[in-house]
Amino acid sequence: MAKLETYKKTVGASTENLSAIREFVAGHALAHGFDENKVADIRLAVDEACTNIIKHAYGNDPTENLEITIEIDDEKFMIYLVDRGEGFDVKTYQKPNLKKQIEQRKRGGMGVHLMVNLMDEVTYQVKNNMNVLCMCKNRN
Amino acid sequence: MKTFNISHRTKSGLEVLDLQGELDAHTASQLEDALKNLIHNNKSNIIVNFRELDYIASAGLGVFMAYIEDVRSTGGDIKLTNMNDKVYNVFDLLGFPTLYDILQDEMQAIEKFLDEEG
Repeated sequence: MAKLETYKKTVGASTENLSAIREFVAGHALAHGFDENKVADIRLAVDEACTNIIKHAYGNDPTENLEITIEIDDEKFMIYLVDRGEGFDVKTYQKPNLKKQIEQRKRGGMGVHLMVNLMDEVTYQVKNNMNVLCMCKNRN
Repeated sequence: MKTFNISHRTKSGLEVLDLQGELDAHTASQLEDALKNLIHNNKSNIIVNFRELDYIASAGLGVFMAYIEDVRSTGGDIKLTNMNDKVYNVFDLLGFPTLYDILQDEMQAIEKFLDEEG
């Protein structure tokens, strides 16, 4: 059976913690031999997912917590993000229409599009009243 | 913690914003303030130079989405230059290259502005 390593970090739901979150996931991905492009994909996908949780699930309330768990084995890099805020099912997202959004001076909706394009698998479920977002990047 | 810096200069009568560091949902407001300030002062020919920008998240791209129409409606534009491959890849994934001028360097952007004036 493949050796599994687990790392965990809990931060307050504030965008000022985003750079520390990026360093946490990218550092472990690099240390476990993921190539630079995959590390960049993981870094951005996790940033986008955490940004959505901080802004939309928790409404920028820094007293709330965001829990990040990484599991790494020979085949893949898994990230679990757990929050108890307003849920958002990634399956319900629609590809953003950039031209239309620009005309309407609207931003947003881009993060989930990046997450599903950068990662090999993105799933969302509710467990014990907590939102659990899971993202996977295969090593090969 | 990684920082983000933005500075403003003029070149050939155009406004240039130089970005440095990491642009994410936390630092995007600094870019937003700088762009709003230029627009407020009726400066609408804007080059944003990404040479020193190491990282961008969609919140950074969102700033360009929110203001490009305001700038274009007054006859100006925001042209983006000197992106590294990783930063360009994010713009590309979100479909920006068909709707924005993303150029190799400032010289190309200046020439494009001059062509559009002529």
